[in-house]
Order: sequence, then C-alpha cells, then structure tokens
Amino acid sequence: MTRYIRLATGSLQYILLGLAAFISVFPFIWMVISATNTTADIIIGKVSFGHALLTNIQTFMTQVDVPLIMWNSIKIAGVGTVLTLAVTSLAGYGFEIFRSKLRDKVYAVVLLTLMVPFAAIMIPLFMMMAKAGLIDTHIAIILPTIAWAFVIFYFRQATKAFPSELRDAAKVDGLKEWQIFLYIYFPVMRSTYAAAFVIVFMLYWNNYLWPLIVLQSNETKTITLVVSSLASAYYPDYGTVMIGTILATLPTLFIFFAMQRQFVEGMLGSVK
Amino acid sequence: MAKARPGNLKRFYDVNGWLFVAPALLLIATFMFYPIIRSLVLSTFSGRGMMMKFVGFGNVVRLWNDPVFWQALTNTMTFLVIQVPVMIMLALILANALNNPRLRFSGLFRTAIFLPCVSSLVAYAILFKSMFATNGIINSTLAGIGIIDTPIEWFTDPFWAKTLVILAITWRWTGYNMIFYLAALQNIDKSIYEAARIDGVPAYRRFLHITIPMLKPVILFTTITSTIGTLQLFDEVYNLTEGTGGPANATLTLSLYIYNLTFRFMPNFGYAATVSYVIVLIVAVLSFLQFYAARERS
Repeated sequence: MTRYIRLATGSLQYILLGLAAFISVFPFIWMVISATNTTADIIIGKVSFGHALLTNIQTFMTQVDVPLIMWNSIKIAGVGTVLTLAVTSLAGYGFEIFRSKLRDKVYAVVLLTLMVPFAAIMIPLFMMMAKAGLIDTHIAIILPTIAWAFVIFYFRQATKAFPSELRDAAKVDGLKEWQIFLYIYFPVMRSTYAAAFVIVFMLYWNNYLWPLIVLQSNETKTITLVVSSLASAYYPDYGTVMIGTILATLPTLFIFFAMQRQFVEGMLGSVK
Repeated sequence: MAKARPGNLKRFYDVNGWLFVAPALLLIATFMFYPIIRSLVLSTFSGRGMMMKFVGFGNVVRLWNDPVFWQALTNTMTFLVIQVPVMIMLALILANALNNPRLRFSGLFRTAIFLPCVSSLVAYAILFKSMFATNGIINSTLAGIGIIDTPIEWFTDPFWAKTLVILAITWRWTGYNMIFYLAALQNIDKSIYEAARIDGVPAYRRFLHITIPMLKPVILFTTITSTIGTLQLFDEVYNLTEGTGGPANATLTLSLYIYNLTFRFMPNFGYAATVSYVIVLIVAVLSFLQFYAARERS
C-alpha cells in the first residue's frame, strides 16, 4: 500500500515539475515560432512555424538601426556590470575586514537603501542628471545603480566563506590589503563573481524605467526601449516585434547558459 | 605594508576598511540619500514643470482627495496581497520537489523553471500581450479543453486585466525565488530528514515542520524583496497596457501613476514626489512588520 502511495506522490512530483517547466518555457517557444509567422497568424494563436521570418527580419531592419541599438545595450550592460562588480565587491570585502566600531551602523545604512523604491528617487535623480547635462547619455543610466546594495550584501555574505588563513598568510608575506584583494580574493571568489555577473548584467540589460526617462533620442536608445515602443503601437506588428524580443532576450539567455554552473555555485556560496 | 606594530593594528584595519567601502558609500550618498531627501523637500512644493511654489502639506491634502491615487494604491496592494504569497508558496513547493536527491532530470527542470527570470520584463510583457489576445493562443487553448465558452477579454475587463498582471509576474519571478530556496535547502543537513523519515513523519509534515522553519531567513529575505518589487511594479503594466494603466485604471500602479504625473501629464514634480513617499512609507512599514513577525516566532 505505502508503495503505491509513494509511487503516486512520486509521479505527482514529476507532473507538477513538468507542468511548471512547460509553462516556464512555453513563452520562449512561442517567441521563436511567432518570429516566423505573420501578425495575423500570431493574433489567432498559430503554434507552428510559418514562412514570414525573412520578411519580419527585413521589416525590423528597416525600422531599427540594429547594430547601433544592440551596441548601446551591450555598452551599458558591459560597462555597468564591470563597475558594479568592482565597487560592490570592494565594499563586500571591506565590510568583512572592517574593524571599526561604526561598521555595523554603516552597513545597516547601506542595507536600508534596499528599501528605497526607485520611484521615490526617480524625480530628483532626473533633475540631478538634467543639471549635470547628462540627460540622453549612457553615463546617466549607469551611475545611480553602480553601488547596488543587494550586490554589496551578496558579496559580504560570500566573503564570510573566504578563508581568513589565506589573508593572514598573505599578510605575513607582506602583501598589502589591495594586493590580497586583487591577487588572492578575486581568483578564489571566481564563482561568486560569475553569479554576480549574471545577475547584474541582466539588471542593466533589462533596465527599462530609468532609460525610458533619460534616453530621449533614437541614437542612444537600448533594444528594450526600441522593442517596447514598436509594441506599443495601436495595432502592433507582432511578427516584427518578435524579432526584437528575440534580440532583447538572446544575450541574457546566452550568458545564463554559458555561466549556469558557476551561477548555481555562486548562489550556493552566498546563502551559507 | 603599513608598519603593522601591534598597537597600530587597529587603526591600520580601520583605514583599509574605510578605503574599501568608500567608493560605494560615496555613490550611495550621492544617488540614494541625496535624492530621497530632495524628494521629501520636493513633496512640499507644487506647480507645473520648474515653476514651483511652497505648499506645505498641500500635496498630502490633494493626495487624500485624489481618486486616481486611491485606485493606484488599491491595485498595487491587491497585486501584493495576492501575488507574493502565491508565488512564495509555489517557489517553496517547487524547490522542495527539486531537492529530492532521487529525482531524475532535476537539472533540466531547474533550468526550465529558472528560465523566465532571464527574460526582460519588457520582452515578456510583449509576449504575454500577444499570447493573451482575444483570439490568441491562451483563449483558444482554454476553449479547446472546454474550460471557457467565450473568449476571456484579458485587456478590456478590469478583473481579468488584474489577473493577467498577477499571472505575468508570477511567471517571471517564481523561478528566481525558487533558486534561493534550493540553495538554502542544499545546505540543510540531510540527516535531519533521514531521522524524521525513520520516525515515520510523512512528507508534507517534514515540509511544514522542518523545511519551512529552516528556511525562515531566506523566506523573509525573498518576501521582502518580492514585496519591494511588487510595490515598484511598472514595466509590465506599462507594456501590457501601452502605459494607460488598463481598462478604467484597473492595472494602474503607484509607480506608473508617478511616471504619468511626471512625464506624461503636465509635469508636477512636487505632487509626484508626494505619491512616491507613499511607497517609501509602505515599504518601511511592511519591512518592519515582516522583520518583527520573523523575530517573534523564532
């Protein structure tokens, strides 16, 4: 009897996970299939491949300067991610080696910024950027999110697992603190950096509200903004839009798959 | 290396500590603290564009009498109260199922369920918009398996428009939260489960009495981040409804309202800043309550 119950709960598990996996993946399949269909076919829910792929790509290319827009997105996400990882990992390491009495108070204040919703600072930020003449620039997109408290928290948690003997040994050898950070901490924490890279790159790549406000000319816009404006027409040309959504999704998808192993390892390290 | 004489050691550490955190602190002060204070000051002013005059609590009075604000607040809270608990439960159940060491294809399941949070908010909002069209794939599937007779009007019916937003954010974020639980679950000592199994504790009780209590800190963390995320909901509703906030403002969120007040209607930075402080207050109160509740029970 218990064998049957176990068998039943066992298969229930597979059904549940299978269903969840299917629902999770289906929109991606839908995206790829729809890119080969005409808008009329997409609207009536056709789920087989069509012949409109080339037409859709052509229409998209005539409406969007693809290399420029993709370059804008890659530049923002790449530079933003590198700066964020540098600043937040320094801070995460710093808070662990920090011996000041003020440390916990300062750290608490940093964590407090996690609770500040973006909407609450968006208007003053916009005014600051306008005053600094940075509206419509990519610097303005990157600056406010470099010191992201969530990533500082993540690096600090991960740093707790960094063996202090390594630091002590390095110190005996006469290494300065920044040398320890650069030559020992950084290589040892590679998977932590990899996981943070995936998360932060996605944040920059997918960022929408802030670029929507700051980037005003067509030459500075990101792929996300362009796809969104194509899709907001009264009768959007979904066939064309799907080419855009694929372009907007591919890089993050690629990075995720390329770094999946390190990503999971890094996440495991951070919740210990 | 600095002259690390024992007496000097403490100060030596300090200088390094400060240097390492300085860039972050500087940026946070400039792009977080200054704006949040500036926002508070702004909220006492009103007027169009840059022509603003001091109104004291005038914006608060206007807020109190603004039906659109109350609508946006109610919508946001509705999304929060329904979506966050459903998603957290779902993520826990999925993580628990995936943590089974005898499960086959677990890597495949895990990757598939995590996949949505790789997509951009804008891209999936657009995908959902096309899938949930009146004659679209979702309605025809539901009709095909006999669940509905007439197509659901996902975009023109206020109830279904709200439901669609909830479905969309659940799709996007469940896998993300699940990964945190999965990571935490793998750090739990397996022998605790073994002991419970030998004692004949059934699976659902092991889940309720071992898994959930052990994961409490992670659950707290994900609940707070999800709460903050839902309170800031913007990309999805903006892209699902072309920025209008849906039929009769049914999916208008606080963030979208702030955006409209600032950049869509005649700009009124002061009033928009006042609305934004409502979100700050809610986040502060809810986070405090969640911390408090977590502390009480442990």
